[in-house]
Amino acid sequence: MIKKCPVCERTYSDESISFCLADGALLSAPEKTDAAPTAVLPSSLRPTEQSKQPALTPTMTSLTPPEPVLPVGADKPPRLPRTNPLVNLGREILFPLIAVIAAFIVGGVVILIIGDSPIQTYKLLIGSAFSWPDGIGYTLFNATPLIFTGLAVAVAFRCGLLNIGAEGQLYVAAFAAAWVGFKFGAQDPGNNVITPFFHLPAIVLVPLCCIAAIAAGAIWGGIPGLLKAKFGSHEVINTIMLNFIAVALLSYFTQYHYKVPGDPIMQTTPISPSADLTHLGKFIPGLPARIPLNLAFLLAILACVLVYVFLWKTKWGYEMRATGANPSAAEYGGVSIRKQIILAMAISGGLAGMVGINEVLGYRHRYYDGFSANYGFVGIAVALLGRNHPVGVFLAAILFAILLRGGIFVDAFTMHVSKDIVDMLQGIVIVFVAAEAMFRGPLKQFGLFKKAKI
Amino acid sequence: MRQILTFSLLFSTIRLSTPLVLAAIGGLYSERSGVINIALEGLLLAGAFTAASVTYYAHSPWVGLGWAIVAGAAVAAIIAVACIRFKADQVVTGTGINILFIGLPAVLSGALFLSSGSTPQIPKENLLPDLAHLLPFLPSWRILTDVSIISVLALVVVFVTRYVLYHTPFGLRLRAVGENPEAADAAGVAVNRMRYVGVIMSGALAGIGGAYLSIGQSSLFTRNMAAGRGFIALAALIFGKWRPVQTMLACLLFGLADALTIQMQGVAKLPSGEDIPVQFIQMIPYVVTIIVLAGFIGQSRAPKALGTPYQKER
Repeated sequence: MIKKCPVCERTYSDESISFCLADGALLSAPEKTDAAPTAVLPSSLRPTEQSKQPALTPTMTSLTPPEPVLPVGADKPPRLPRTNPLVNLGREILFPLIAVIAAFIVGGVVILIIGDSPIQTYKLLIGSAFSWPDGIGYTLFNATPLIFTGLAVAVAFRCGLLNIGAEGQLYVAAFAAAWVGFKFGAQDPGNNVITPFFHLPAIVLVPLCCIAAIAAGAIWGGIPGLLKAKFGSHEVINTIMLNFIAVALLSYFTQYHYKVPGDPIMQTTPISPSADLTHLGKFIPGLPARIPLNLAFLLAILACVLVYVFLWKTKWGYEMRATGANPSAAEYGGVSIRKQIILAMAISGGLAGMVGINEVLGYRHRYYDGFSANYGFVGIAVALLGRNHPVGVFLAAILFAILLRGGIFVDAFTMHVSKDIVDMLQGIVIVFVAAEAMFRGPLKQFGLFKKAKI
Repeated sequence: MRQILTFSLLFSTIRLSTPLVLAAIGGLYSERSGVINIALEGLLLAGAFTAASVTYYAHSPWVGLGWAIVAGAAVAAIIAVACIRFKADQVVTGTGINILFIGLPAVLSGALFLSSGSTPQIPKENLLPDLAHLLPFLPSWRILTDVSIISVLALVVVFVTRYVLYHTPFGLRLRAVGENPEAADAAGVAVNRMRYVGVIMSGALAGIGGAYLSIGQSSLFTRNMAAGRGFIALAALIFGKWRPVQTMLACLLFGLADALTIQMQGVAKLPSGEDIPVQFIQMIPYVVTIIVLAGFIGQSRAPKALGTPYQKER
């Protein structure tokens, strides 16, 4: 059998040579095989890059955690990366970046067709976010729900699941937060719609509302997980259905039980003032209190850190990623796939549910029917663009928040383009990120990625 | 109860099921070929917007309908290229298309008609006609005046699909590439070409469904006017076990649920004298789908290769 060095492409016919004599890289057979390499090398001989492979052996449950990013949907045979981590990082950033630029080009063509200047429109769309305090304040506020839903989708993705139910989960969670908010805290004297059970002080009520939101989201997300684990029914369809059920159910509760009588708007009675989440304007000089950026933003950053620690530094997170990367190998290694599915969906739902904290406790102070600007679906774009990594999710959420903020100015200051351009761009970004394979061919032609496939 | 069970309920069920049937049968072509079509919602919107704006300029619903079919097929072709050629995740691509078509029609109508989100009203004589218009020599029975030509078309589509799917070589190949692409390939069927055809047909049919929404059922396009019908169609497809006639029956059931929510508003009362909350009737299709998927009411089995791109062995 002829072996080939993946780095310098020298070939060796000697069976006993397993490393390239020139650069020490592990040799591979030139023809593509579907099976993973069976030979196990002593770890001292293993080139450092080799640990990049999702090497799932039966002993994996006892593995020490630190081990690398698994590519999404990587149930392909392990390949030998020939590059250093920095180049890998470059690739991780390059494709989302290309997708965004491509989406902007397509969007620019549409803007041009309808008779506006793409450059001026994009200037408004992006530039409006960087003014202090309004631009930055509102952008970070807009980013908060997207960070939560992006993380939610990313966690499920890492377990090989697609949670398109974040929308329903965040609605249920927001309602739960509001319910606890008006049922467990003292109301304003003028409000006699609700008779609260308790008059809890803020220090107890706020955490209680947060827990209610997370728990409600986790339950609503856990249902499709349970259905998949128990009956094998596909989580995509079930989460879509649960989105609609959530909206109908909550509209029933709002309309028939918790609305202020005579209020034409579909919203519940306000939550207790003690359940309000402090606006960051209180701590940051120069940030006026009218900007609704609140503590939930810090919670979002914390959630990013926690998701990172959970997925990459704990055994549970490792098992979850192993399930996503190769379910049968993970099961062989002693992981209960069903448990992982339920757990991943519940965590995902809980993260989506945290949107309710920002929305109800930090902004509207009540449940408002239909408040979500497609946060759950945009979360998919955020997760994909962020490569299902918390840092990426954070950056992608900021990008989309910039667009949301800029949309208002595009509406006001261009002749023809409306703020719907933001929805349009989001949609195009999703399609381009999903079909990123289309950019590989051209890049290969430019010789950027000669042999290595990403 | 008698106030509810009337002929108008029947006709409004037919009206409301028509776009569902067209979208669901469209979805059937795509899913039977092995490509998940989450984008039915976006395809409906694409068809609806195109039909309304073209009809407004061309003063003919048939031109509008034609372009709606073209638009649906074109959008579906984008999905097909992404999912088949570039092996993009089918659900993610579909979600992207759905979001895109919340924004794009609004942007275009904002530019064309200076009103973000809706197109101008189209006069009644330029809307898709009901049966009485085509058969003016017959008396104006309600079945002729209340049923649109598109509803009849939808019925025809169902039975044509049934014939095509089970009695023609094309149907056999379509089902084969959705069930076992390797075997179909070995038998000489061009797997990906069949899938392109399946997805593009789904776009064309959903385009007709969308046209019915904007220039049949109503007289203009409004923002997000599909309002989840694409997803209900998907649910009906699953409930109907990916079979044409069953899918149509599921659509009729879901259309009935929709019609009931409209008819019952303020009419029906519980024995205690309270309104029956319409929200619970709205939920029926979704709850039913979850129950069916979980296997409580018969097994609903998806085409085996659904969702997996086909990679030819080298």
